[in-house]
Amino acid sequence: MTDPRAADDRVPIALRTQALEQLLVERGLVDPAVMDNFIKMYETDVGPLNGAKVVAKAWTDPEYRSRLLADGTAAVAELGYKGSQGEHIVVVENTPSLHNVVVCTLCSCYPWPLLGLPPSWYKDPAYRSRMVREPRTVLAEMGLRLADGVEIQVWDSSSEVRYFVLPERPAGTAGLAEEDLVPLVTRDAMVGVAQVEP
Amino acid sequence: MTHALPVELDVDGLAAPPRSNGELVFAEPWQSRAFGMAMALTQAGALDWEDFRQQLVVQIAGWESTASPGDSFSYYGCWLDALEQVLVTRRLVATGAVRALADEIAARPPGWDHDHHHDDHHDDHHHHHDP
Repeated sequence: MTDPRAADDRVPIALRTQALEQLLVERGLVDPAVMDNFIKMYETDVGPLNGAKVVAKAWTDPEYRSRLLADGTAAVAELGYKGSQGEHIVVVENTPSLHNVVVCTLCSCYPWPLLGLPPSWYKDPAYRSRMVREPRTVLAEMGLRLADGVEIQVWDSSSEVRYFVLPERPAGTAGLAEEDLVPLVTRDAMVGVAQVEP
Repeated sequence: MTHALPVELDVDGLAAPPRSNGELVFAEPWQSRAFGMAMALTQAGALDWEDFRQQLVVQIAGWESTASPGDSFSYYGCWLDALEQVLVTRRLVATGAVRALADEIAARPPGWDHDHHHDDHHDDHHHHHDP
């Protein structure tokens, strides 16, 4: 087998990509519109932005918040988020005295439609086992220092249930509209290893 | 979501794509085209995802074993090499055809396609010449 990189060093890779696409389109093997859909889906439709929209809506719409906590799957489906690995979502709410964090001790179950691709540390065996045994220490190592009085609840996701953390709305954001709150909500906050910063 | 995910992307190890805060990161347009091509081929059944994933690991491991200090790693460069390799092996693309067409495109004067297709060519899929 030859090394295609060595052979193609003179041709810019953008042109090689274009050439391959053109050959595949000519042979009817790919449809550029289908490619566009996949690119858009992975760039924008699958990712923590969906989860952030759920959180911002829950912060600004008390009735939505109630529905979200009562039946996470149905409430996120209201916003159009469902599909692979998003079937059974349970939302757990952080309060001043309770902090929730999600782990999957068996594998790496994760709510893809809401949070996109899981971070690599989520699959790390050390994260998975230590978060259950010593969550306060692990959270502090990840940059989240919780006061001693705050109870920590660790939720173990499985193929049946995917947990999703509704973070606390940060102080000083009372004047912000739903769409202005969305960019504040990070993936880490929805896994429970961070808090939302104003 | 209107589409099901055709594959489950690796989240760690060699084959895991670059990402930031849970979203894929494409540094240049050609990278997203290369990504979309593999997804569309997989969904259409023309590409076996596991074949491709294994070839991607081979390409990345090969790069790591031959790279000199200071060489910058291109995940999607390896991705494109792996894709081409699998397609050539499966005889969906002729050996050398990509290179030949890329050379031909490179030799075209700038703006050639705008001159000939500007009224009926509305998509921009083939206009990623800019780095």
